[in-house]
Amino acid sequence: MSSDASDGADAKTALRVRALESLLLEKGLIETEAIEELVDMFENRLGPWNGAKVVARAWTDPAFKERLLQDGTTVLGEMGFDTIQGEEMVIVENSPEIHNIVVCTLCSCFPWSVLGLPPVWYKSAPYRAEAARDPRGVLREFGTEIPADTEVCVWDSNAELRYMVLPERPAGTAGLDAEALAKLVSRDSMIGVTKVAPP
Amino acid sequence: MNSIHDMGGMHGLGPLDQADNEIVFHAPWEGRVMAMARAMMAGKHFNLDEYRYAMERIDPARYLQLSYYEKWLEGTLTMLMEKGVITQEEFDAHLDKLSDAGS
Repeated sequence: MSSDASDGADAKTALRVRALESLLLEKGLIETEAIEELVDMFENRLGPWNGAKVVARAWTDPAFKERLLQDGTTVLGEMGFDTIQGEEMVIVENSPEIHNIVVCTLCSCFPWSVLGLPPVWYKSAPYRAEAARDPRGVLREFGTEIPADTEVCVWDSNAELRYMVLPERPAGTAGLDAEALAKLVSRDSMIGVTKVAPP
Repeated sequence: MNSIHDMGGMHGLGPLDQADNEIVFHAPWEGRVMAMARAMMAGKHFNLDEYRYAMERIDPARYLQLSYYEKWLEGTLTMLMEKGVITQEEFDAHLDKLSDAGS
């Protein structure tokens, strides 16, 4: 698709969105301030730094990790990361034996409360189709090679149940505190398409 | 519900594109439509499950061509019209007004 065509389509859609907003405003069904607040929240305040904090804490606090793996919803709630629509959260742990990867084959369900909004590729048809069928192939596309004797586990998210991966702690991090560790943890490692690189 | 949205395992949907994946909203309208959909659900005009179903009902060929937030717009319009919150005429009138004004 040429950029002209997509710009044209984009301009048309932008106009339609403005028309809807103007109509809903006229009917008193929305307020501009509330809309802008929501945009700001999702664009700036929700993000993977939250999940990274959880991972770093799990790496440095075994009792916390055990509780987190047992009851993700409650433990994340205690940290202030409540799910937005009341969905359950399950944390799946990577190890040398098992590598976990998360997808939503039906739409785009994602652990928003800890990772923010999903990246475009997560919501795309190729990822939704391929992650279920050829997870090792998808991992390879992200530069992640999983050894043949490590099991790869694919978790299909849904409206009621979201997953976050607890990635393996990389080598060379023994001296780091939780704050420093959190800085190493990428969003993609918590989706499971990459591992956390050593510092 | 076994429509086009049930994509797990499907072949032929193209290569994975990882471009621009750190940008949350690629255009301001994406954020606006996301916020409006949520506001409408918060206002109980429709619920999340109905909303998802509205998107799953999009014509399969269109479903594959629409971008993610274009699907949200379509779903929102479908829901609001089916629920009688807005009419096609009202929407068209606002669209005409904005088009005439020359965005």
